[in-house]
Amino acid sequence: MDLGTLVQQLINALSLGSIYALLALGLAMVYSTLGILNFAYGELITITGYAMFFASEAGLPFVAMAALGVLAAGIASVAMQAIVFRPLRGASFVTMLFASFALSQVVQGLFRQAISPRSKGIPTPPLFSDFLTVGDLRIGLLALLTMGIALAAMAILVVFMRTSRAGLHMRAAALDLPTARLLGVRANRVIPLAFLVSGLLAGAGGVLWIARTTSVSPATGFTPILVSFVAIVLGGLGSIPGAVIGAFIFGALEILLQAYLPGSIVPFQFAIALVAVAVVLYVRPEGLLGHRVDVKV
Amino acid sequence: MTAPLVEVTGLTVRYGVVTALSGVDLDVGRGEIVAVLGPNGAGKSTLLRTIAGVHPAAHGMVRLDGWRIPAGSPERVAQAGLSLVPEGRRIFGALTVEENLRLGATPRPRSSEARNLDRMYGRFAVLGERRRQVAGTLSGGEQQQLAIARALMAEPRVILYDEPSLGLAPRIVDQIFGLIGELRDEGVTSVLVEQNARRALQLADRGAVLAGGRVVARGTSTELLNLDLSRLYFGETGAA
Repeated sequence: MDLGTLVQQLINALSLGSIYALLALGLAMVYSTLGILNFAYGELITITGYAMFFASEAGLPFVAMAALGVLAAGIASVAMQAIVFRPLRGASFVTMLFASFALSQVVQGLFRQAISPRSKGIPTPPLFSDFLTVGDLRIGLLALLTMGIALAAMAILVVFMRTSRAGLHMRAAALDLPTARLLGVRANRVIPLAFLVSGLLAGAGGVLWIARTTSVSPATGFTPILVSFVAIVLGGLGSIPGAVIGAFIFGALEILLQAYLPGSIVPFQFAIALVAVAVVLYVRPEGLLGHRVDVKV
Repeated sequence: MTAPLVEVTGLTVRYGVVTALSGVDLDVGRGEIVAVLGPNGAGKSTLLRTIAGVHPAAHGMVRLDGWRIPAGSPERVAQAGLSLVPEGRRIFGALTVEENLRLGATPRPRSSEARNLDRMYGRFAVLGERRRQVAGTLSGGEQQQLAIARALMAEPRVILYDEPSLGLAPRIVDQIFGLIGELRDEGVTSVLVEQNARRALQLADRGAVLAGGRVVARGTSTELLNLDLSRLYFGETGAA
């Protein structure tokens, strides 16, 4: 392997990792605040995709498609909270988990029935397939844009969480919700807010995901939720920085396996990446930054 | 005598089939310290947590300045001016000292936050010095000061202290009890749950003794100091 290819692969890895990071952050946000592993989270990415699809059918430019995609995921996430998780508040981890499985199936079924089981193409600007040539390096513009947008979204999240009163309330709720409530933090405000932030992250990650895959189908959410789940477990359940680190590691693993595995084994790259994660977790069950896997059953 | 600020009437609390409190009455007047004493498992913490809106009442009720507190909404009780300093302090160890204090200010408008922070740093010099430090690095006594300062950030009318001396060195306990007394002198009404009955009664105006979820004795601190509390703890009913 030459240096040029390595740099290109590195950029691809960072780009994919940054999408995974946004997606994992959204899943981790709800998990750390409420202890809910929302498996219907993948459907938020599907919803983003369909919102973008309809926006493009309506002739809107890509920027507007993206904005509507993010908005749709934010609204859908808040609605999931109100319709499914709110009535179950106080139920066990497993109850919530199965409720989220059911929700995920309902949403997928609705898309299959109401739209089509087949995937729909989503047009992206020609700019996305351009390359930036530096010396003998060819760097995909989409990879750079993805990284830039993902990092900007994460920076906004950090500023919001660190400087606003609502962000402080969310951090406190994530650490110890009962005590936060004793201090006057309103559960009925901080919980929907956590779902809103989760949904907006799913939307932002979803737009980047769709820009990469250029299509949407009822099953679109499957890989994103799987990857997000792997990232937060790898990073350490409940640790927000852990989710980001886990996502970048998993993204890098996937790209490097794709680039350097012999051709006949490439179809197994995702499986191999998962096996690698399993090995890491065997050695460090609490994940890279986690303290202790504390599952409330 | 004016109406009590906190009025507990016929309070029964159950956890499943276990009755934690049964028919408890307790009045707390404005500016008073009322001590709640009793052995482990007597229901003292349950009483405080029910007053704070955490546990629902099976029977009876809690009124704060005439307002019947709702069950299962501790945030509304906090908004109404009641702060609980919980057992074990419940500091947010991963947040800074200042962030812990800002959380305490949640029930008040944001405009009051800076003024109250200054007030706390004036009163608790150590918290001012360590405001940017993560609260988990404070010593036990400092964390207890932080827990009380955090409660004060809400400018509460009533503070409930759950075992504030737990796990602290005697010198620090003196300091914390001194502080609770000072706050009473400034007009903060208090309910004090303590294992250390003698210490609590020396500070309190009145007291009630809980055993097995019932009030088995009540009276002024002087009256209770003359009783043999250990006998009450083990089930003998006595009136002072």
